[in-house]
Amino acid sequence: MNESILHIENLQVRYGGIEAVKGVSLDVHEGEIVTLIGANGAGKSSTLRAIAGLEKAAGGSIIFRGDNITGRDPTTIVKKGVTLVPEGRRIFPDLTVLENLKVGAYLRGDDINSDLAWVYELFPRLKERSWQPGGTLSGGEQQMLAVGRALMSRPKLMMMDEPSLGLAPLVVKDIFSIIKTINRQGVTILLIEQNANMALKIADSAYVMETGHITLSGSGAELLQNEGVKAAYLGT
Amino acid sequence: MQFLQNSLPYLLAGISVGGQYALIAIGYTMVYGILRLINFAHGDVFMAAGLMMVYLSATLPLYLAIPLTLLATVLLGFIIERVAYKPLRSAPRMSVMISAIGVSYLIQNCALYFTGGLAKVYPAIPWISDTITVWGAVTKRVTLITPILTLVLVVVLVLFIRYTKIGLAMRAVAKDFETSQLMGIKINSVISVTFIIGSLLAAVGSLLYFSNYASVTPTSGGMPGLKCFVAAVFGGIGSIPGAVIGAFIIGICENIIKGLGWTTFSDAFTFALLIVILLVKPTGLFGEKATDKV
Repeated sequence: MNESILHIENLQVRYGGIEAVKGVSLDVHEGEIVTLIGANGAGKSSTLRAIAGLEKAAGGSIIFRGDNITGRDPTTIVKKGVTLVPEGRRIFPDLTVLENLKVGAYLRGDDINSDLAWVYELFPRLKERSWQPGGTLSGGEQQMLAVGRALMSRPKLMMMDEPSLGLAPLVVKDIFSIIKTINRQGVTILLIEQNANMALKIADSAYVMETGHITLSGSGAELLQNEGVKAAYLGT
Repeated sequence: MQFLQNSLPYLLAGISVGGQYALIAIGYTMVYGILRLINFAHGDVFMAAGLMMVYLSATLPLYLAIPLTLLATVLLGFIIERVAYKPLRSAPRMSVMISAIGVSYLIQNCALYFTGGLAKVYPAIPWISDTITVWGAVTKRVTLITPILTLVLVVVLVLFIRYTKIGLAMRAVAKDFETSQLMGIKINSVISVTFIIGSLLAAVGSLLYFSNYASVTPTSGGMPGLKCFVAAVFGGIGSIPGAVIGAFIIGICENIIKGLGWTTFSDAFTFALLIVILLVKPTGLFGEKATDKV
């Protein structure tokens, strides 16, 4: 097994008095696709937001490639190579597709042309529409843009929050196949999904989260066969 | 010809005042665009720039006093944001607005303390304060310089926002704080830059404005501040070209009204305009349409 690039120990996140994440520990190994599945409100998004630096951890630690990034600001965390494709895509509607991608490369001082070419190769549709405002794209194209934008920071770890949300099944299939492609090209992926079936199929390892705790973990294939997971998340 | 000679001075004055308003209105509209905050202290920053020029030019030559005034005004705008608005970043918008009103009164009262409430004579800046004749109309050179300088600054600003990295960041932050942070953009730096640009333009506006009006009092910022706010709303708050066009329209209309002999009503016109816009087209001329697609 490769070495762990993200190690989370007993992470807690609170909103006011409400504890959303109650001591989560997990590991993401280099080169893997790791998925975190669970129902709404289980604390999956809060976990990712804490890793990205958008929420302050109330306790616990987040170690990325040996550095403790707990409580660091999002800029530092992006610089270290962690990016989050946020829930709901959140592309900048007034900026053109190209500008959206350039914002993704905001912290980069070096030449971004090769990465731009890479993103356009992954998503030829974005190249065709590079001068269109992001807001005029369809939902699937916006998701591609959100992923492309995240890739422009040249991440080592890309976290994705519900990339399939609100997309047609065919588009979801596309997105998942692209996630696999990106992963093969060396980007480690931590994926949150409600579409557990799809997520577990592509995942090397997986965690099930319920009411702020990790209740189950294993390889994607193991969890696909797990009776509890089947009943609760796969509906089979 | 006679008509032209009679009305030209008013038209020129209108264009000139419009340019001065535009420089102030940009500060309102940019801050609103990013923070959704109506920065009530902006008019007072403009007034403070006037007073700083009065005090600095009393002891220093103009070639030092002018850049120092610009610098000090920028610093004032920056400090106001850091002290009075930044700590309230996650507070409800109303709290920030109340803080802005507080800053406005604070600046006015500090000015009252320093000036003793007396009108301070604004230094005459040679060359730009000279009297010139344009097609038979007598005016100060500043009247002609203002619109040109304004347009140059606006074009530079628009290009800056359109083509630089920090301009891109400003446009991103204006739309979505959190996602901008995910891109690694430092929100606070971008907001500071916005206040710095707004204050710098207000300082330039104050140089031009007070060169025309000869004296500064602690409340000098009030009326121009309000009018520029109206100009920003008229143009569509958040839009820079909108604020500039709104400012020119208000400046010109005001002076035409003065030219017609209804000077008493020139201020009333501006605020009547505000009411009409809010009733008829609340988003203003170039305001962003509310198309928040989810």
